[in-house]
Amino acid sequence: MIRWLLWIAGGLVLGGIVHLATILVLPRTATRDAYARLAPLAPLNGFALVPAPTPETSTVPFMDPAFATAVCRYDLAKGPVKLTVPVSQAYTSVTFYTRYDVAYYAINDRAAGRRSIELDLMTTKQREDLPEDEEVTRADRLIVESPTAAGLIVARAFAPEPSLLPTATATLQAAQCKPQ
Amino acid sequence: MRLLFGLLLSFIVAGLIGLGSTWYALTQNLSFGGLSLGPWKAYPRRGTVGIDPYARAAIARNGELPVGVGDGISFTAETDDQGRPLDGRCDVVVHGITPPARFFTLTIYTPSGMLVPNSLDRHGFTSQELIREQSGDFEVTVSPRARPGNWLPTGGIDSYVLKLRFYDTSLGIATRAGREAPMPTVRETGNCR
Repeated sequence: MIRWLLWIAGGLVLGGIVHLATILVLPRTATRDAYARLAPLAPLNGFALVPAPTPETSTVPFMDPAFATAVCRYDLAKGPVKLTVPVSQAYTSVTFYTRYDVAYYAINDRAAGRRSIELDLMTTKQREDLPEDEEVTRADRLIVESPTAAGLIVARAFAPEPSLLPTATATLQAAQCKPQ
Repeated sequence: MRLLFGLLLSFIVAGLIGLGSTWYALTQNLSFGGLSLGPWKAYPRRGTVGIDPYARAAIARNGELPVGVGDGISFTAETDDQGRPLDGRCDVVVHGITPPARFFTLTIYTPSGMLVPNSLDRHGFTSQELIREQSGDFEVTVSPRARPGNWLPTGGIDSYVLKLRFYDTSLGIATRAGREAPMPTVRETGNCR
């Protein structure tokens, strides 16, 4: 009897390990995560508009219908990426996601404080390799470090009323993310 | 032989407990560091690199893109103030004021995150669209039938969730109490179809 209880106790401990392992591994094996859903839309190092959500289709769940959305799939393997997103009338934001959908940085038009949100995206290694003096002359440029070499940049422009959605969409059409 | 049966028992228990608890955690949307204000729940850490493993797994599974913390914060209500699940066949009144933010949107979704079909093609309100009372409060009626004022149609579906998202706001990880963040009430009127 005791022997069987010990086997069950061992099973419980092993079950805990299985639980933690599956939770940790799941983000890396998911085939329908946001990156997998958005990657086919977006060209490499270029922006593409994400279709507005409808009751029948939504590229990712819980998309806010008051926003126009554009996505850029970046890969920093060949060098840093330069991002330019023009600011729409109401509100514009840019959010950076890693390859595994972690939102590691987000900035909005007010924080950027200009007519467009402009910044350089690079890996930690590439930033370290920047010549010192260059960094000084570029002090007014915002540098964002990506924890992974690949990922997604999602630009979103707010339409306070549905009639303003085409304007917001048009603003995002001019968004660019390209290698330097 | 006994050893074999023992091992087998262990593995079966491990599989059931391990996978069962993972499935439970993901379907129940288990997550840490949540902020609950009445029926409204938010997980500001989901929009940062400090996201917990359970939230990461849940997001990977449902395909959602979390709102970055420098962008805004997203609150979800699955129940009314009394804890009853939101029913699309009943009238639910969202009433009150909101915490300071440059903009906010109130949107209705099916539990899986799709927009709710309705003849009006209206899926939410932005802070700019809402008709407000003199005091600055707003009242949105979420109902299957047309209502005067701010009407959010449910199309008569069984269950739905409401998302209240604030953009460019000081609300975030540091927010603790409801005093800093007055949220609107969600009240079911008992008027069901």
